[in-house]
Amino acid sequence: MPTITVNGQNKDYSGDANMPLLWYLRDELNLTGTKYGCGVGVCGACTVHVDGVAMRSCLTTASEAAGKNITTIEGLSEDGEHPVQKAWRELSVPQCGFCQAGQIMQAASLLQKNRAPSDEQIVEEMSGNLCRCGCYQRIHDAVRLAAGGA
Amino acid sequence: MLHYLQNLEVKTTREIAIENVSRRGMLGGLLAGTAFVLAFRVGPAEAREPLKPYPTGADGMPHKTVADPNVFISIDADGAVTIVTHRAEMGTGIRTSLPMVIADEMEADWSRVKLVQAQGDEPKYGNQDTDGSRSMRHFIQPMRQCGAAMRTMLEAAAAAKWGVDPSLVRAKNHEVILLDKNKKATGKALGFGELAEAAKALPVPAQETLLYKTPDEFTLMRKGEAKIADLRDITTGKAVYGADIRLPGMKYAVMARPPVLGGKMTKYDAAATLKTVGVEAVHEIEGVYKNPRGFAILGGIAVVANSTYAAITGKDALKIEWDHGANASYDSVVYDKEMTATAAEPGKVIRNQGDPDAAFKNASQVFSADYHAAHMAPAAMEPLVAIARVADGKAEVWAPIQSPYGARKDLAEALKMPIENVTVHVTLLGGGFGRKSKWDFMVEAALLAQKVGAPVLLQWTREDDMRNCFYHTVSVERIEAAIDDKGKVTGWRHRSVAPSIISTFKEDDGYSFPIEYGMGFVNTPFDVPNVRCENGKAMAHTRIGWFRSVSSIPHTFAVQSAVTEIAHQLGRDPKDFLLELIGPDRKLDIKALGFPEDFWNYGDPYESFPIDTSRLKNVIRIAAEKAGWGKKMPEKHGLGIAAHCAWSSYVATVVHAKIDADGVMRVPEVTTAIDCGFYVNPERIRSQLEGAAVMGMSNAVYSGITFKGGAVEQSNFTDYLIPSMSNYPQKVNVHIIDAPAGTHSGGVGEPAVAPFCAALANAVFAASKKRLRSMPMGEKVA
Repeated sequence: MPTITVNGQNKDYSGDANMPLLWYLRDELNLTGTKYGCGVGVCGACTVHVDGVAMRSCLTTASEAAGKNITTIEGLSEDGEHPVQKAWRELSVPQCGFCQAGQIMQAASLLQKNRAPSDEQIVEEMSGNLCRCGCYQRIHDAVRLAAGGA
Repeated sequence: MLHYLQNLEVKTTREIAIENVSRRGMLGGLLAGTAFVLAFRVGPAEAREPLKPYPTGADGMPHKTVADPNVFISIDADGAVTIVTHRAEMGTGIRTSLPMVIADEMEADWSRVKLVQAQGDEPKYGNQDTDGSRSMRHFIQPMRQCGAAMRTMLEAAAAAKWGVDPSLVRAKNHEVILLDKNKKATGKALGFGELAEAAKALPVPAQETLLYKTPDEFTLMRKGEAKIADLRDITTGKAVYGADIRLPGMKYAVMARPPVLGGKMTKYDAAATLKTVGVEAVHEIEGVYKNPRGFAILGGIAVVANSTYAAITGKDALKIEWDHGANASYDSVVYDKEMTATAAEPGKVIRNQGDPDAAFKNASQVFSADYHAAHMAPAAMEPLVAIARVADGKAEVWAPIQSPYGARKDLAEALKMPIENVTVHVTLLGGGFGRKSKWDFMVEAALLAQKVGAPVLLQWTREDDMRNCFYHTVSVERIEAAIDDKGKVTGWRHRSVAPSIISTFKEDDGYSFPIEYGMGFVNTPFDVPNVRCENGKAMAHTRIGWFRSVSSIPHTFAVQSAVTEIAHQLGRDPKDFLLELIGPDRKLDIKALGFPEDFWNYGDPYESFPIDTSRLKNVIRIAAEKAGWGKKMPEKHGLGIAAHCAWSSYVATVVHAKIDADGVMRVPEVTTAIDCGFYVNPERIRSQLEGAAVMGMSNAVYSGITFKGGAVEQSNFTDYLIPSMSNYPQKVNVHIIDAPAGTHSGGVGEPAVAPFCAALANAVFAASKKRLRSMPMGEKVA
C-alpha cells in the first residue's frame, strides 16, 4: 500500500490512484485549508508543497504523491509563525482570504529556493496564483517583506 | 492603570470654557440643529455628544435595523465581551469593522472582544443582505447606539453600586472608574465583567438620551490599526469557508444543470456514473420553470459520492439529453448588433430636462459614440457550495451566503417547513460580489440532503459556477453631446440598452428599472441645460443579476469615457473639462433637473444623501493633484481620469497606463480619492480600493461572458480571464477624504470599481491615441 506523508505523518493510501491530492486532503484527511478554486491548475488556490516545491494539488494525483512529503498550509509551520505567514499578517494582505493559503504556500516555496528574489522573480513565481479580491499589490509587498526586504 | 490615570490628569486640564451648562440641557437645546453637535465638556475631557439620527435607506429594507445592545453584546463575568456580527464577511472586512464600532463606543478593550457570526435571523438582528455597499451606510448608527447604550448601562450599574450620581462615573478601557466631585479619578474602578449582570438588568436607554464619544476619543474607529478578526486563521488555513464544514456521515455531491436557461432534461443515462468508484447514488432534482424565475433552482442530476472527486468523475460520466428551450437562440454577437441598432433609435424617456432636440438642432458640433460591455460573471475564487442536513422535520444549512435570511425563508418554503425549523449558518465567503446574494445553490443542497437522508456537501465546480451564474448585464450605451460655438455642452443624450435585473423578478418588458437608472445614468451630475436619458428595449435571455458596482460599470464607462473624448474633440484638458461640466458647487435640485419621480438614490433618502457636486469636484481635484495630473509623461505612457458619485460616496480615479513594446497595456499606478463621509476603518477602505482597481481592470480588459446557442462559451479561468500578478494595477494610492464631522457614511465596496474602466480607456488613449469603447478591451492595444 503506498504511503503519502502529509505534514510529517505517514498515511497509507488505498483509494483511487487517480484521485487528485486536493480531494484526498480535503475529503479524507479533512485538511480543509487547501482550497478548490478551478480544478484545472490555473488558479493556485490548491497549492501545497510536494517535497518542498509548490505544486497544484488539483493536478497532482494520489499515485504521484505516493512516497512524497506533502506539506499543506496546516503544516507550513507549527505555530503559524513562518516568515511568510508573519509578513502576510504584518501587511494585512487578505481580503476574503480564500486564495491566501495557496498564495502563502507558493511564496514559501519561492523563498525556499531563492532567499532574495527580484521583483521580476516574484511576479514570475506568483502569477499563477489568482486573487479575485485583487490583493496582488500586498502579496508582492509581503513576499518582499518575508524575504527580508522592505 | 497608573499610566492611564496620569493621562487622565493631563486631559482634564483641557476642559472647555463654557461651564454650568448641563449636558441634559444641551441635548434638548441643540438636538434640532446640525446632525453632529459638539457637547460642551463639563467633565473629564472624554467628551460625549448627542447625535441626531438621520434617516437612511435601512428603513426601506426588510427588517430594517435593530439597535438593541442586549442582542449584539454580551459580557461574561470574567469581562470577555462577545459581539455578534450580523453581516456576511466576503472580504470587505465588515465582520471586523462593525463590531469595532460597538467596541469603541462602549469603551471595550478590543483584545478582550470575541466575535460571533449571526445566523440568518433578520427579525432579531435587522437586515442581513450584505450587498449594495450598505453595511456601514445603514448600520453605523445602530451599532454606535448599541455601544453607547451598553456603556451607559455599565456606568449606571457602577453608579448604583457605589451609590453615586451617574455623572461621577466614566467608562474607559473595559472598566468604569469613579470620579470625585471635581471629576477627577479617585482610583476606584469596576471591571466590565463585575458590572455585566447588573448592567444587563437595567432598561436600555432610549436613543435620544444617549451621549456618544467624540471623534478625538475614538480608540478603534477611524484608526485602521486593528487587524481583521480572521487574519491569523486565514494565514494558517483554519478559516472556515463554505466547503470546510465536516458533519458525521456527510456525502459529497455535484450536479449537472441545463446548459441553457429554461432548458429541460429529456432523457438521461446514469449507468456509467453508478459504476464509478465512490459514487453512491444519482438523484434527479426537479427544476423550477416559472417566470419570472427569481432565484429558483435550475434542476438537473445530482451525483452523490463519498468524495468530491468521485462525484465529479461520476458527473462526467452522465449522458444527458436536453431540450434547450426558448433561449437556445441567444447569441452574443447577434445580440450586440441588435442592441447597437436599438441604441441608434429613440428609446423610452426616463429623464428629460430642457429641450435637448433644440440643443442638438442648434449645435455647432456634436459628439456621438457607442460603448459596449459584455456580460460578466462575479467568479469569486470560492465556487458556490452549500452543506445541508435535513432530518426530523428540521434543516440546517451552512453556506457562504450574502443573504442568509432570504435564503432561510426560501429554504423553509422549498422544504415545506416552518421557518423556525430552518437554521442558516453563515461561513466566511471566499468572495461574493453579488452572486452569493442568490441562494439557489443552498436550496439545491437542502432538497438533495432531504432525498439522500444524510448531510450533503453540494459543490459547484468552477465550470458550474461560470455557466450557471446570474450574469452582469450586457450593454450598449450611446452618448451624444451637443456643443455650441463657444465650446459649451448644451445638450446631453444618453441611451442605455441592457437587459435588466428586474427580468429575474418580474415579467420582462425589456426595460430597466429605477435601481439601474440610478447608477450613473439619470443622475449624471453635469451642469448641462438640456438632458435626455433614454432606455432602449432589450429582452433578457439569461439570468441577469447584480455584480459588484452593477449598472455603474457600463454607465460610468460610457459617460466618463465620453467626457474625455469630448474634451479631446474640443482641445481641452480632460480633468478641467470634467470639472467644468460638473459646474458650480451645489446640491442637485433633482426636481428641477427632470429626474424621474421614482428616482432611486441608492436606497437612501435624498435629503440625507443629496448629490453634492462640491464633494465630487473635491475628489477629482485631489486624485488629479496626487497623481501629478498635467506632468509630462514618457512616450507611450498616459494618464486618464474618471469620477463617479455612487452608493452615497464620491470617487475619482486617475490611471497611469503604458503600452509596452509588445503592444500590451500595463498599469504602473492608480490614484484614487474617495469621500465616503464618516469612515470607520481606513485600512480596509484602502484594501477595498486596491481591489476595486484590480476588478476594474478585470472588467475593462479581460473578463467577458459570451453566449452561443443559448449556452455560455466560457468555462473556467482558462477562458474567462482575470488579472494575475503578471498584469494588474501595480501601485494603487488611496486618498480617503477626511469629511467634516457629521457627514453621513457612504458605501465603499462598489463605488470605485466603475470609474476605473473609463479612466483606463482614457489613459490608453493618452498613451496610444487608440480609443477603446468595448469591454473587455483585451490587453493588446492593436
